[in-house]
Amino acid sequence: MSKTNSLWTARMGGMALLAAVLALAPLGFANAYYYDVAVGALFNAIICVGLNLLIGYGGQISLGHGAFFALGAYGSAIATSRWGVPSVAAMAASAVLVGLMAFVMARPILRLKGHYLAMATLGIGMIIYIVLKTEAQWTGGPDGMGVDPLSVAGLTLATDRQWYWLSAVLLLLAVWLSLNLVQSPVGRALRAGHGAEIGAQVVGVDTSHYKVLMFVVSAVFASVVGSLFAHKNGFITPDIAGFHRSIELVTMVVLGGMASIFGAVIGAFILTVLPQMLTAFDDYEAMIFGAIMMGTMIFLPKGLLPSLILLIRKRMGGRS
Amino acid sequence: MSLLAVDGLSKEFGGVHAVQDLSFTVEAGTIHSIIGPNGAGKTTLFNLITGIYTPSAGRIVLDGTDIAGKSPSQLARLGMSRTFQNLQIFFNMSAVENVMVGAHLHVDRRFWPSLLRLPSMVRGDRACRDECLRLLDFVGLGHYAEAEAAAMPYGGLKRLEIARALAAKPKLLLLDEPAAGLNATESREIDAVIKKVAGQGVTVVLVEHDMKMVMGISDHILALDYGRKLAEGTPAQVRANADVIAAYLGAHA
Repeated sequence: MSKTNSLWTARMGGMALLAAVLALAPLGFANAYYYDVAVGALFNAIICVGLNLLIGYGGQISLGHGAFFALGAYGSAIATSRWGVPSVAAMAASAVLVGLMAFVMARPILRLKGHYLAMATLGIGMIIYIVLKTEAQWTGGPDGMGVDPLSVAGLTLATDRQWYWLSAVLLLLAVWLSLNLVQSPVGRALRAGHGAEIGAQVVGVDTSHYKVLMFVVSAVFASVVGSLFAHKNGFITPDIAGFHRSIELVTMVVLGGMASIFGAVIGAFILTVLPQMLTAFDDYEAMIFGAIMMGTMIFLPKGLLPSLILLIRKRMGGRS
Repeated sequence: MSLLAVDGLSKEFGGVHAVQDLSFTVEAGTIHSIIGPNGAGKTTLFNLITGIYTPSAGRIVLDGTDIAGKSPSQLARLGMSRTFQNLQIFFNMSAVENVMVGAHLHVDRRFWPSLLRLPSMVRGDRACRDECLRLLDFVGLGHYAEAEAAAMPYGGLKRLEIARALAAKPKLLLLDEPAAGLNATESREIDAVIKKVAGQGVTVVLVEHDMKMVMGISDHILALDYGRKLAEGTPAQVRANADVIAAYLGAHA
């Protein structure tokens, strides 16, 4: 039973620590720009928490989640500005539609493995990018389109500070839901399919069902954040569906530590904030950034958080 | 009626007949062993019965249902479970979690209750965990319950697979070389576990090279060679069979 308790404390302890960090961080924010960067980090963190369910726990790669993000953004943008749908309803409708699209795509795609799966998801991203770029009567084409601010029950989110608190609460919600899933029969079935697929099947786990499910869940996470991003930014272009965006998201998950929910959060924070801090180095920014990435993967191959936890356990005399 | 009936079963791999026109039955509540020299087709037969391979010809009937061509997860629903010669352990989980996956079909695994961690789901999961801890005790791994599977010794992993298979509450349990790679002491421990399992009414089909184990615990033995049936009967009958002796010793009797 001690393990049940320690699991519980790891769960609630992690959540409490994250909540405390999110609550106290604004004390160090000198101006609105800090809030702006922090909101960007929170957005990425929410997507990565979802994506980590698919990549870290399910063992499936996706290089197309930038496209689901963009679909959420455009769904909200089109529904609110062209049809006057309330923003929360538009966000929900976009999420449902993106979830359905992901579901339809997932069956054939997730049959593939390794490089082939990466290629197929890459293809999805590219197709969606091209559609967003060419269907100008809906999306405004390469020039992009304007989006109204988010309003919830008559309240309009105007300042970066308001956005910060909304995103912080949503990140905590995303972390809570993911922790629930991972520690449930659904999460175990998912992890089992990753650990030993045939071993899972012979005890009745329909492994492809769980892969599809997590593909859909992670796509919905990305879509909701896309909707939020569109409202916050007030303007979107097809570039948000670009290949770079998808790669960036995967990199955040891998850097933070696969199959670690808090790791995904840390990866997202670092990869969002670090480039901002490195701007002081001007021309060397990209080089230093690349060196940090390489160093991390060489010396902490399991990703930041899992490697650090292992290190601390070793230091404490291997009691576990 | 027999629990498992195999009739005219064949499997070809590009012209190689791994299993050829094989027929036999397994009676409920017995321990049934399949023996044969390396390459005799034992593991292929296992993979056919458990749905990993699709037969080229023939029927496999489990408890009245024709199961040829069904997927492993469908077979699990019909009451079949197995272990693997080369382990299929979830190394990304703890020992007890491995066993809990075995109980997959018997827990509330709906998406929304899991996502929202509803109290009913939590209660069910806790009960499942307690039962899986008992199963770990049953196979003698109680002290490893919270250990990561990746940190367990080989002999323990073999028993962990048995515990996981039992968590699925099978009618028919297939064990693929449970003693392979184990020393004599560990093998006798596995003997005891298999006997206990059979004592609880689970029908066991066993592929094994360890003759001491096979002769000691089997009710019935099927000997294969080159994918065909060589002999069948009680341990005493098979032990005395001239063809079996020839196949094992390489002599031409």
